[in-house]
Amino acid sequence: MQSLSVSKFCKRGLLLTLTMLLAGTSYAQQRDFSKVKIEALRVRDNIYMLVGEGGNITVQIGSDGVLIVDTQYAELSDKILARIRELSKGPIRYIIDTHHHGDHTGGNAKLRAAGMTVSGGNVGGDISDAGAGAQIIAHENALLHMTAPPAAGQPAIPSAALPTLTYFTPKKDLWFNGEGIRIIHQPNAHTDGDSIVYFRQSDVISAGDVYVTKTYPFIDVPNGGSIQGIIAAANNIIDLIIPVYGQDGGTLVIPGHGRLSDIGDVINYREMLTIIRDRIQDMIKKGMTLEQVKAAKPTRDYDPRWGTDTGFWTTTQFIEAVYKNLSTAQGK
Amino acid sequence: MNLFIRGVLLLATAAGSCLLTPAAFAEKNIAGVWAGTYGEDWPDRFPGPELGDYGGLPINDADRMRALTWNASLIALPEYQCRVHPSDYANSFADIRIWEERDPITEKLIALHLQHFAWQTRRTIWMDGREHPPEYAQHTSMGFSTGQWDGQVLTIHTTHLKEGWLRRNGAARSDMATVTEHFIRHGDVLTWTVVVNDPLYLEEPFIRNRDYRYSVDNQVANYPCDSVVEMVRAPGYIPHHLPGTNEDVKIFAETHGIPYKAAMGGAATMYPEYVKVIRSLPVPAPR
Ligand SMILES: [Zn+2]
Ligand SMILES: [Zn+2]
Repeated sequence: MQSLSVSKFCKRGLLLTLTMLLAGTSYAQQRDFSKVKIEALRVRDNIYMLVGEGGNITVQIGSDGVLIVDTQYAELSDKILARIRELSKGPIRYIIDTHHHGDHTGGNAKLRAAGMTVSGGNVGGDISDAGAGAQIIAHENALLHMTAPPAAGQPAIPSAALPTLTYFTPKKDLWFNGEGIRIIHQPNAHTDGDSIVYFRQSDVISAGDVYVTKTYPFIDVPNGGSIQGIIAAANNIIDLIIPVYGQDGGTLVIPGHGRLSDIGDVINYREMLTIIRDRIQDMIKKGMTLEQVKAAKPTRDYDPRWGTDTGFWTTTQFIEAVYKNLSTAQGK
Repeated sequence: MNLFIRGVLLLATAAGSCLLTPAAFAEKNIAGVWAGTYGEDWPDRFPGPELGDYGGLPINDADRMRALTWNASLIALPEYQCRVHPSDYANSFADIRIWEERDPITEKLIALHLQHFAWQTRRTIWMDGREHPPEYAQHTSMGFSTGQWDGQVLTIHTTHLKEGWLRRNGAARSDMATVTEHFIRHGDVLTWTVVVNDPLYLEEPFIRNRDYRYSVDNQVANYPCDSVVEMVRAPGYIPHHLPGTNEDVKIFAETHGIPYKAAMGGAATMYPEYVKVIRSLPVPAPR
């Protein structure tokens, strides 16, 4: 890419970062989605990554139907559905929300309605009509955030968009389309309700926003996010990865935002975050105030790649969040 | 012999020779095994660069900080041990093999494949005019390369690289860099020029040449690598130096009597005129 397209890329990254916090509804009011294209990238075998606006969507297809991870914005649901239908005519049976943010759950209601749950046994009780739509799986904390009283001026999330099946244990397993799928909670990372989704046979991890490739990760501190948790999540992903000789390929990782990755990208991300964490931790130990830490520019070498001075999630805000996290007893 | 018969014979001879000799193309044939030559930049290559030597690299301030906080113990971590040299760096080491992939019917060149001895990496240079993938596609250590012949020069454009290094002493090359390469064959000598364009970490493009000699007798050896845990460390530990604490980066300048500033690189240090600047700078006390 030439420098021109790099700057375009960075601006796009900024825009996407901006969308990370905003609820789907409020963001949708400001954005014209008519020009957004939903593109599909084949990741491996029966796994695809859909790229549009908002978080990346993972689609797994097979004889059991369709499973999707994250749903972007409601305004894009028709386009997303059309793209999924090009990949498979099977029913959408499961939606997994990696966390509660609107850029990952905005399409829950429409995509759920387009799908179906096969009912029976202990599946019947959690939805009123088994034919009503797909099951939506999320960590319990994601549901708690989605049902919390909305911010002033924001509408409540309709019940049709809420997770129908939650878990509060470290993991939840599912067998679908001929492979084991492990949904693993990443405590206090991007939020306190993050899940990564590991497709064991396809050898693909859908990471949600604990792993992003465009900007410093957004740490949603009010919703339980922390730098330590994000680093722990990156290490957990690295533990799951088995690379090919030469550290290229092997297990593939679909980030919450950004490009399809493998171990090389994830270890660079982990390295960057760990080094910044260590620097700020050292400064806190030396008794430096937040203003002194900011003035020392502890991220200066990584800023050209990950930082930004404009938009919603700036480098300064990232440093502030890390400082705040590490200054608490828990963060140390 | 009358003129007519003579003409027919001439035509027949010409046609025959067309059938017997290979067709001449503007593009050169660069397939084969090429042995690396090491006259240029020897200390940087097999012995390896010294820590604190960033002279001649057009790195910016951010990349200098990457270099000065880098800790070589990083590459002892299992997930770093077998990391391959990226395609813009791998050509510094040993022999290469190049082979062609051609359409069996039209003989059109679809791709050139290149294998480095170093880390046994293979890359593909697409010659069929295909487009580069979208930005959200995977980046790799070899990147995505397309090439075309400009007269007798093969020019290659590479995108989708993972983060790599400009010199293996901590000077990083970002994953947003693109690389332009030129292959020029002069008989049995192949010159390979690499131009690294990194909008994030370079002040100016970084240019590096490597020369190879056509090899009749050699083959490219294999290069196995197995990651092993070499020492027990705390989970998630990443070796690095806190900014301003790595005194070892001064050893190079002090050992060789080079001003600290000159050893820190930057675009100006690439040019011959910089010798005058070096002479005006204080030389550190010898170690
Ligand atoms: Zn997001
Ligand atoms: Zn998010």
